[in-house]
Amino acid sequence: MPTSSRGTAVYRSRRSRLVGLAYLAPALAFVLVFTAWPLAQMGWMSLHSWSLLTPPRFIGLANYRRAVADDQFWVSFLFTLKYTLIITPVLIVGGYLLALLVSRPSALRRFTRTCVFLPVVIGLGVSSLLWYWLFSSEFGLVNRALMDLGVISRPVLWLGVDGDRSMLAIIASVVWKVIGFGMILFVGAIQAIPAEITEASLVDGASYWQRVTRVILPLTLRTVLLVTLVSVIGSLLAFDQFYIMTAGQPQNETATSVFYVYLNSFPYLRLGYGAALSLILALTILAFTVVQLLLTRRSHA
Amino acid sequence: MSATVELSRIPAVATRRRPRAGRARYLVGAGCLAIATVMLLPLVVSVAASVKPTAEAAASPPTYLPHALSLDSYQRLWTYQQGLPTYLLNSLGTALLAIAFTLVLTVPAAYALARFPIPGREVIFVFLLLALIVPYQALLTPMFLMFARVGLTNTLVGLAILHTAIQLPFSLYILRNSFSAIPRELEEAAITDGASSWQVLLRICVPAATPAIVTVALFAFIMSWNEFLGALVLMSRGSSFTLPLILAAARTETSLGGTDWGMLQAGITISIVPCVLVYLLLQRYYVSGLMTGAVK
Repeated sequence: MPTSSRGTAVYRSRRSRLVGLAYLAPALAFVLVFTAWPLAQMGWMSLHSWSLLTPPRFIGLANYRRAVADDQFWVSFLFTLKYTLIITPVLIVGGYLLALLVSRPSALRRFTRTCVFLPVVIGLGVSSLLWYWLFSSEFGLVNRALMDLGVISRPVLWLGVDGDRSMLAIIASVVWKVIGFGMILFVGAIQAIPAEITEASLVDGASYWQRVTRVILPLTLRTVLLVTLVSVIGSLLAFDQFYIMTAGQPQNETATSVFYVYLNSFPYLRLGYGAALSLILALTILAFTVVQLLLTRRSHA
Repeated sequence: MSATVELSRIPAVATRRRPRAGRARYLVGAGCLAIATVMLLPLVVSVAASVKPTAEAAASPPTYLPHALSLDSYQRLWTYQQGLPTYLLNSLGTALLAIAFTLVLTVPAAYALARFPIPGREVIFVFLLLALIVPYQALLTPMFLMFARVGLTNTLVGLAILHTAIQLPFSLYILRNSFSAIPRELEEAAITDGASSWQVLLRICVPAATPAIVTVALFAFIMSWNEFLGALVLMSRGSSFTLPLILAAARTETSLGGTDWGMLQAGITISIVPCVLVYLLLQRYYVSGLMTGAVK
């Protein structure tokens, strides 16, 4: 709320509202043109049969009916959901355990923290290329190491041949890439717990795991929910890792929702259908956001 | 910035050690080392593979570490298709433009939101954060059509605009918080001396919010340098490819017929180095940005 004090006349003069709006105008115009307008345009396009080759034709809700009846839409949607359901607990539980391990200050822990966080700043596309090589059946070090250890006797075809095996490999690569994100936020939350609280539980003679479950976890629950929200949304929007590591193979089994939007809009030029799929995706994400924000608010109160 | 969190300065969770802690300490140390090794290993073997001689880089089964050193892979990357300099400049140009656009748009806007009695201020703020709720992946089709109409596809400006749209909500949020936290007394003195709001912004608010501005620029750089899907959609011409795009293309088709693994690792190394350097140098800003950005 505007609570300007006596001296800040610049902000209280009669012209100040106009001046303030002038400062805001460029950003407002930008969001209007490059976010709000494309959003409206997407809604409009989704009601049309729209390719770049023929003029758009209004077809009402036919694109949405088509999506419901489209097997590949469901394959992609369920695959994305499955991916999200598997990777989220790994990221959250793993990230939290790492945070517990490295949250106290010491040189070794700080070093470990930096190492775990390092992959977060490199690109998902680039890390996917790196793991595409590591998981390559003939040229990759994963198979080489597994064979040297005697775990497998012949090179495994990790990517693009079997849906589940591809997902396993991709999840390993993405966990490596993003687990540090949750960890660093959990470390911040754990460190923000007042020392008196943890000391009190020490005096009570609580064991380490009792302290974790009764004191640390409840006091950092809000951050856990927030990181879960960010991870779920990120996973539902997965694209780079699948495009690069499996290209959707075998038979589009590993084509995620965003991948299917991309396929329809660009290579296939079914822009109207692509727009309808985008809108369905955006609404799904919105639903998750709302549910988790409600959860977060409740835990906060 | 009051919300800046310096991780190491916060008091330790447990300040007293119990007698049993001796063995646990070694276990924790061993765990830390094992985890650090696992996390660094992929990066190490990739950089190592980038300096293998051509034949060794293409060997199957692969060697763990190079038996001889060579820059052949970098040389092949340097002249691959349009040549590495083109792709580097495309990536760098887009990232710098995205930083510039983001700052030019969000610094004044955040200042206005933090200081001016604008009617409907909260509503405007929420509207500006629209891109937080709508994933940009869903907006690419209409964006592409719009850009194609005005000739912005295959241009660095077009891609930078998309990256700015992605980054704008985060930047605005961070900067508004930071401007709001500046004590008003600083500005009052200048205003009494007859400074205009523009002068107050440039001479007092921007310098006082430098950490936040560095954070915003840092995030914009890393996002833009790494972004893949938007570039894939907007850049169809080989000469306008960014680094991730040309590497993804090189993954399947190279002049040698199969994948040129050595060259791919050279490209991965080159893509990773700026991010890692920027992160290690500006770690404090990065972590504080993450904290304020995620813990709303």
